[in-house]
Amino acid sequence: MPSSALTAAHPLKDVAASDSALRRFLHGLPGVDAVGLEGRAASLGTRSIKTTAKAYAIDLAISMVDLTTLEGADTPGKVRALGAKAVKPDPTDRTTPSTAAVCVYPDMVAVAKEAVAGSGVKVASVATAFPAGRAALDVKLADVRDAVAAGADEIDMVIDRGAFLSGRYLKVYDEITAVKEACGTSARLKVIFETGELSTYDNIRRASWLGMLAGADFIKTSTGKVAVNATPANTLLMLEAVRDFRAQTGIQVGVKPAGGIRTSKDAIKFLVLVNETAGEDWLDNHWFRFGASSLLNDLLMQRQKLATGRYSGPDYVTVD
Amino acid sequence: MAPVFEYAPAPESRAIADIAPSYGLFIDGEFVEAADGKVFKTVSPSTEEVLSEIARAGSEDVDRAVKAARRAFEKWSALPGAERAKYLFRIARIIQERSRELAVLETLDNGKPIKETRDADLPLVAAHFFYYAGWADKLDHAGYGANPRPLGVAGQVIPWNFPLLMLAWKIAPALATGNTVVLKPAETTPLSALFFADICRQAGLPKGVVNILPGYGDAGAALIAHPDVNKVAFTGSTAVGKEIARTVAGTRKKVTLELGGKGANIVFDDAPIDQAVEGIVNGIFFNQGQVCCAGSRLLVQESIQEELLESLKRRLSTLRLGDPLDKNTDIGAINSEEQLTRITSLVEQGEAEGAERWSPACELPESGYWFAPTLFTNVTQAHTVARDEIFGPVLSVLTFRTPDEAVAKANNTPYGLSAGIWTEKGSRILAVANKLRAGVVWSNTFNKFDPTSPFGGYKESGFGREGGRHGLEAYLDV
Repeated sequence: MPSSALTAAHPLKDVAASDSALRRFLHGLPGVDAVGLEGRAASLGTRSIKTTAKAYAIDLAISMVDLTTLEGADTPGKVRALGAKAVKPDPTDRTTPSTAAVCVYPDMVAVAKEAVAGSGVKVASVATAFPAGRAALDVKLADVRDAVAAGADEIDMVIDRGAFLSGRYLKVYDEITAVKEACGTSARLKVIFETGELSTYDNIRRASWLGMLAGADFIKTSTGKVAVNATPANTLLMLEAVRDFRAQTGIQVGVKPAGGIRTSKDAIKFLVLVNETAGEDWLDNHWFRFGASSLLNDLLMQRQKLATGRYSGPDYVTVD
Repeated sequence: MAPVFEYAPAPESRAIADIAPSYGLFIDGEFVEAADGKVFKTVSPSTEEVLSEIARAGSEDVDRAVKAARRAFEKWSALPGAERAKYLFRIARIIQERSRELAVLETLDNGKPIKETRDADLPLVAAHFFYYAGWADKLDHAGYGANPRPLGVAGQVIPWNFPLLMLAWKIAPALATGNTVVLKPAETTPLSALFFADICRQAGLPKGVVNILPGYGDAGAALIAHPDVNKVAFTGSTAVGKEIARTVAGTRKKVTLELGGKGANIVFDDAPIDQAVEGIVNGIFFNQGQVCCAGSRLLVQESIQEELLESLKRRLSTLRLGDPLDKNTDIGAINSEEQLTRITSLVEQGEAEGAERWSPACELPESGYWFAPTLFTNVTQAHTVARDEIFGPVLSVLTFRTPDEAVAKANNTPYGLSAGIWTEKGSRILAVANKLRAGVVWSNTFNKFDPTSPFGGYKESGFGREGGRHGLEAYLDV
């Protein structure tokens, strides 16, 4: 049997002993008041980040980007270009940090790996029949094994939202633990909930705990393929979950909002959420990531503006 | 190891508020000296810097102002409601246009963070004028019979915790219903009322309809006792409220009093914990706790006490205290040295009585009046800090075991202004709210205001309602 991150001695190890035990635990978590949650996220969005704090935040945000291409039309050339950009995001300023990772489909992992070789930039891959997740478990596991074998450092898996919404939490749990095992010791596992489809904040909190109990190294909002992706409120909620999970288990789990974060201003608001909710232990690309493709160029333009005092324009940063 | 995310200071420019070196009283549409030539200084609580020198009203000035208001009343009350509404709408719009200036001014004079004046006070001030402007031509339909009449001259005395907002609560319904006004702002925060006087002139409001008399308690007492004042409205301490009640007893004056409070914030074990923590923080640390409806008594179900307190302490550690003009500041300065002394002495008494005091690590600025956010645990109903209104950033934590006990403890106070209930169970919200003797009961939120909802107290928290349709009654002969 696959094993979760919790050791045999841990007080929470029995919560997944049966479907009903798991349901009782997840439904026993404190509720989420939507008005209050969104109000708190909005009030943290009014923090004014200027000058040195802004420069720090922009560099931090760049270092947290999972530079992503997830298109049917992806080619080796496209992935190589993306890899080059991840390593040196701004060729005109070598002090610009690299991004955290490039994120590609499993068949592009080997190409991506070569493109970022020696740079420290990780290769993440969306396995498990991304983005719908509607495939048999052995197909999903084969997808994961392929990506890991090709050298993926990180696996982004989608959960079975159908199973979750119909209350079959143990099925979701077992799938995550199986994928975690397929990741082996070399790849970290990011678990994607597709929060837009889970619909309620209570569901997002339960999914967060479910993912962490099953051994997720990261919990991630969404695929970027549905109407509602990362929001300040759902990310704040997930940050509360990882904070509380560490307080109870000692295990630290990362958070990755994905989809819809396009401007530096938005990214900085998310960093404020991290800083004031989970705390500075998460202000590092080992524990927090942005799943984004168009965010990086805005961060680079803002960075150039801070350095030169002038706005450049889209032709002063690379298209990819 | 990541370096800490230090926010650089982001101060709002104080140049936006152009404060003159001196101001007069605003009587009959003009700024004038006090009859006896007296003045006083208003200081910025965060720096102790003198902001301006203000004429100090005495009883002769009160008489002049009431006479001006009486003369203006004849014409003002005879205007059709729709005409009065035009003036009020105009005032509301000017407040919106000048809101940044007024927010900075209020922060300088009061010490509260710009975040609160900008995002809470000023939007509400404008909203109150808009709301009552809407009522001015619909008084026949307010539920008080056809053609309800105004009372006459309203003598209004307001406190220093929300200087401009309390002015709006008082002046907007008074003018909408056809009364004229003599208003005395608090001696520590007269500036925004004087800027409002300027707004009245900008709006072309007829002379004498609004008169502003900065001054001390003696001016307030003279105003309330003036025989030609028909309506008294007061917001402030319960002690002063009792004096006012004695003064007006036996006269024909109508009176509303909005006094102190010791609000209970009740957290049940099934509450949304993270949002409850935010609500507790908002309930007692908003405006440094200088709020009459503050949730200053936290009643937490024993089973979740430990978990909740841990979350609360962690949250308090993230509060940012300092320069109120910095947009990132959560906690500003205490309004005056006198208030700081009162808070300090009550907190010392709490410690002496055996309650356990806790504050987050927090550096206080060297000049100005400051008090760190403070929690008291091991508090019982018998402790002074659970009974007396502290009017500062001090939260007393008590526990309960059953809903009945929560209700009994919440009601066991001489006050009755506000209360909060935190639970995911809707039926419990309704059941508990019905038993609480408080003018406002918030559920799963705290300190939320809206011009359409009435506000006022039970017991020693006063009587009468301000805001909403109910707020009209206090200014109408019904």
